[in-house]
Amino acid sequence: MAYSDKVIDHYTNPRNIGTLDKSKTNVGTGLVGAPECGDVMRLQIEVDETTGIIQDAKFKTFGCGSAIASSSLATEWLKGKSIDDALNIDNMEIVEELALPPVKIHCSVLAEDAIRSAINDYRGKNGLEPIESTKIHH
Amino acid sequence: MLKLPIYLDNNATTQMDPRVFDAMKPYFLEIYGNAASKSHPFGWAAEEAVDYARGQVASLICANEKEIIFTSGATESNNLAIKGVFEMYANKGNHIITLSTEHKAVLDACKHLEKLGAEVTYLSVGYDGMIDPAVIEAAIKPNTILVTVMYGNNELGVIQKIAEIGAICKKHGVLFHSDATQAVGKIPVDVLADHIDLMSFTAHKMYGPKGVGALYVRRKNPRVKVTAQMDGGGHERGMRSGTLNVTGIVGFGKACEIAKADMSEESTRLSGMRDRLERELLTLEESYLNGNKEHRLPHTTNISFKYVEGEGLMMGVKDVAVSSGSACTSASLEPSYVLKSLGLDDELAHSSLRFGLGRFTTEDEIDYTINLVKEAVTKLREMSPLWEMFKEGIDLKSIQWNEH
Repeated sequence: MAYSDKVIDHYTNPRNIGTLDKSKTNVGTGLVGAPECGDVMRLQIEVDETTGIIQDAKFKTFGCGSAIASSSLATEWLKGKSIDDALNIDNMEIVEELALPPVKIHCSVLAEDAIRSAINDYRGKNGLEPIESTKIHH
Repeated sequence: MLKLPIYLDNNATTQMDPRVFDAMKPYFLEIYGNAASKSHPFGWAAEEAVDYARGQVASLICANEKEIIFTSGATESNNLAIKGVFEMYANKGNHIITLSTEHKAVLDACKHLEKLGAEVTYLSVGYDGMIDPAVIEAAIKPNTILVTVMYGNNELGVIQKIAEIGAICKKHGVLFHSDATQAVGKIPVDVLADHIDLMSFTAHKMYGPKGVGALYVRRKNPRVKVTAQMDGGGHERGMRSGTLNVTGIVGFGKACEIAKADMSEESTRLSGMRDRLERELLTLEESYLNGNKEHRLPHTTNISFKYVEGEGLMMGVKDVAVSSGSACTSASLEPSYVLKSLGLDDELAHSSLRFGLGRFTTEDEIDYTINLVKEAVTKLREMSPLWEMFKEGIDLKSIQWNEH
């Protein structure tokens, strides 16, 4: 299977690899997937508490090139977005942007889950209810 | 000058040896007769070429040329052996013994026969991929008709104790088949010394053409027969109908002749390079060799690089063609069943790479591969959350993962 140029670009030059201080109240951490499944993504956001804008996003991913690219792209899209707008990121947008083939759609689903999980971690730390996932994945 | 990409997937298939191609050339355009045409020189020439090749193939495995049945490849040979024995010896019993690490061509043929009333025992191997012959002996029952055990494993390179298993089968009057696809042409295989009754192998794993293989069927002590799985003109002593692939068979014969002549020198050269590659890669922290280190094919190594996912790693070493036990490389999304059979964690199975060296592999290519794999593993670990956790001393098993 050949990878798209965008997947190769994100894999070769991943954006925003790293770790944020998860003990800070304005940092939300999402850890999704499982080693047994061959995919684990950790996505972190740092939120400006006065504006609700995501000022930084970092990731680390154990997985195939598409999983790495999906999480790298997610961090790029998250930066500068409000929490509410971030929740609107749809996995199919990631699929389109990276031209993922059908067998790799689960990588984009995982990235969306990671975003949601990070936001809910942030909300929980700040006394807010978690956002329920009502969406049916494609 | 190093030419990229580098091919280290010789367990999948091999590049044809130019000497094989040269031997085949006249049989595409000039000598095109049907080897079964007994009435004219076109047929005679083809038959003569097939006979000569049959001798070359038989000689490599210490068999008689009359014991070689040409097929389309090892998958067909495995099917013919297993299904053919089941049908031919139905009045003797219906029990077959095999291993969980066999190739799908063996496992799925057995599964097929289960639907037709066969009883199949799938034995588990040890952590090193080896089966204790005593375990096979203990599994033999009065209704056992066939034991089928792979000679050298395609994923690990592990070589089973074939001669011991063969002797056990002989003692109990049970037929012994071996899928020797990866072993023949790479290590000395002697069907007499190994007490093998049926053996599958193929040309394209030993620098010959694709689409031609053989099934060895013993003619003496005991005389073995298999029921044909394809009806037709009764070629190959009635066991495999179909016009012979003369060109392919000529190539197969030449490939066997070269393999036999060069084996000793070639296996020393390959195992030297393989050992160097392996030694270097195992200097990486948290990297593990899969399978037995001693009883092994000379050209294969299978290594897990913990906390790095195999497909991601293959993308990082894209200038080197290897294969991975990772789920993502196959349509099934399951990691390698062979690695799982060893009792390896899914996590380690997902992190494995198989390197298969071959006749045309060079020392420069091995140097390049060592550096590339080391760099890619290091880079991917820097972006692996699991590596970070490991470095922080967090036990990954203590984490509640949300499996998807």
